Amino acid sequence: MRHTFRQAFSSGKFVTGFVILMGLLLLVILYPLIFRAPPLQIIAQGTFFPPGIYVSAYDSINAPTTYTLNLDGAAAKRVAAKLKDEDRVAMKEWLVVAGVPEDQIDISDAQKLLTLWAENYDPAKQVKGMTLARQRYFQRVNNAIQGLLSTEGAIIAVRQPESGALQEAGAVKQTDYVNISEVPNVRILPLGTDNFGRDVFAQLVRAIGVSLLIGIVAGLIATGIGLVLGLLAGYVGGAVDDVINFITNIFLVIPSLVLLILISFSVGQESRGAFTVAVVIGVTSWVWTTRAVRAQVISLRNRDHVNLSKLSGHSLFRIIRGDILPYIMSYVFMALILQISAAILAEANLSILGLGPRTTDVPTLGLMMQWAMIYQAHILGKWWAYFPVLISITLITFSMNLMITGLDQVFNPQLRN
Amino acid sequence: MSMNEPLRPSAPPPQVGPPPQVGREKQTCLSGTGVTKLFGFGRTKTLAVDHVDFNFHEGEVISIVGESGSGKTTLAKMLLGLISVTEGDIYFQGQKRDISSSRKKQEYWKNIQAIFQDPFSSYNIFSKIDDVLLDCIRMRGGQRLPKEEKVKLMTEACSFVNLKFAELTNKYPFELSGGQMQRLMIARIFLLKPKILIADEPTSMIDACSRATILDYLMKLRDEVGMTLIFITHDIGLAYYVSDTVFIMEKGKFVESGSADAVILTPQQPYTKRLLNDVPKIYEEWDLSTV
Ligand SMILES: Nc1ncnc2c1ncn2[C@@H]1O[C@H](COP(=O)(O)OP(=O)(O)OP(=O)(O)O)[C@@H](O)[C@H]1O
Ligand SMILES: [Mg+2]
Repeated sequence: MRHTFRQAFSSGKFVTGFVILMGLLLLVILYPLIFRAPPLQIIAQGTFFPPGIYVSAYDSINAPTTYTLNLDGAAAKRVAAKLKDEDRVAMKEWLVVAGVPEDQIDISDAQKLLTLWAENYDPAKQVKGMTLARQRYFQRVNNAIQGLLSTEGAIIAVRQPESGALQEAGAVKQTDYVNISEVPNVRILPLGTDNFGRDVFAQLVRAIGVSLLIGIVAGLIATGIGLVLGLLAGYVGGAVDDVINFITNIFLVIPSLVLLILISFSVGQESRGAFTVAVVIGVTSWVWTTRAVRAQVISLRNRDHVNLSKLSGHSLFRIIRGDILPYIMSYVFMALILQISAAILAEANLSILGLGPRTTDVPTLGLMMQWAMIYQAHILGKWWAYFPVLISITLITFSMNLMITGLDQVFNPQLRN
Repeated sequence: MSMNEPLRPSAPPPQVGPPPQVGREKQTCLSGTGVTKLFGFGRTKTLAVDHVDFNFHEGEVISIVGESGSGKTTLAKMLLGLISVTEGDIYFQGQKRDISSSRKKQEYWKNIQAIFQDPFSSYNIFSKIDDVLLDCIRMRGGQRLPKEEKVKLMTEACSFVNLKFAELTNKYPFELSGGQMQRLMIARIFLLKPKILIADEPTSMIDACSRATILDYLMKLRDEVGMTLIFITHDIGLAYYVSDTVFIMEKGKFVESGSADAVILTPQQPYTKRLLNDVPKIYEEWDLSTV
């Protein structure tokens, strides 16, 4: 057994897949230890906040110290952030009409654009063929830009409780900065929030954990059933083999997805926890393992080392455990990984159909996909609600397939020998 | 079948039911009537063993000689109860052999042991060599023996086949050469001392010098415990050297049988003569000198 593992880790592909998987696992284990907020808590008022660092505006104003930093281009950046793309295009249009060569205008450089504008714009100038409304529009743009370029700070006022009058409590200059570490309330939302206003990243980490768990439970169940039935059918043979073959064939002719959907549906939404879904996936996907194990065992059972074991008076159980299992272990291990990754995909399939685990306890990768689809994240362009989920599913499946390919390369020459 | 009947003048008649109590050394231990093995179905059907009759006596050395593919190994596996018999009956110690349950099989295998033809596939590559030998000690009821005692037994058994146990202990089978594997299989027999031994080309990978020693030891074991030795080989010279009775097998049938002298010195069948002609000259001379 130790030999088998050492062999597995000699394969680069296996190790790569293993490292990716362990990385995900580490994330799943460590992240909740550091950030303890419950992943399904609704924190945002509103849907689909974009990813970023959220700093409390109130706390920023009331930060214990404000620092003055004179940074070049700070004003321009401020302007750039406010100047909308359509305004820039309009500005360019005017400048071209005013005689500025087109290749000198770069609308992505706000600073330059503003300088050009200041030099060339003349509100009184009559452009031939331009409607009055259009001229007014340019005047409005010009006014807005003027406001932007103002260098005054903002006054902070508090309302007097008795009179209701505003009283100046402080001022924020444009050069005032706060150190983010002195702001008591900062929330990093690496992947923003979802349609319910929940932290997508925290949810995703939990979902990867739950999905892996579903995969492992389902994979173990499927491999366990497949292994036991395959060993019995292959080694004992006879009537046992016939009965198992009959059951296997029944399961084979019904597509397992259909079976999965039927069982999930009949179990009902209320009693469908993540564990139940894992069990349902497990008991519907053992068929191929059974057949593969059976075939392997049949090719092994007439080998002389098994015969020698019989002659040495070993029991059926001992022969299966000692003389059959070790020979198919590498194969079973590959089948297990395959089952795990297939089960994770099966859960995603079920959840997208609305037949996954009930939505109140835990997130899974499939449920996150379902929510994103129901709330049309993909149509609204809220990539953070579905793209990271897709990446996670892909990464898990990819790493597992890499492991299987690696194992296959290591073990198959050995089987051929 | 009816065709071979007259061709086997010296073959003992098949025994059905309890054997005649002629004398102690003549007691039948294993016999069969019409034993047949058919592999596969339809077009891929192979008649590996075709209605053979035989009668092996206790303490006898029997050789089954035939060219490759003649069905020797298949017959051996049927005798061992490792594969089913398509047709015919096998009798063990005068009784019809009953290995219908796994308990009865285990009981049967306490009496009959084997050395398989291919040493490379005879070992479980996942367990150490020691386990193979310790199993034999356990089968002889020695699992309670102190460790030193077990090591002594294993060392002794290995020395019979020119192996040093100290060099083999804690190794895995794939760390051994083919010849070493084969010798270790024979060492098992020295620990087990079975009533019947079926040895399928047991010395095919062993050098001539060790071979003679090992065969001598096996003969001694035969004398010591009255073991019946069923020797399977394609080497008719070797068969003549070791055996009392020889069966010549061609395409699943016994075409000629009888005492070693009768079959080999006065062969009746062209097949037997051909087998004899194939023996290298030098071997033949050596054979004749030992008569
Ligand atoms: N498990 C099997 N399935 C189908 N055919 C088999 C099987 N085992 C043996 N045979 C066939 O039975 C015939 C006899 O094979 P067997 O192994 O008994 O020959 P053998 O006399 O031992 O030959 P060798 O000297 O090469 O070992 C061969 O034609 C072989 O192809
Ligand atoms: Mg053979």
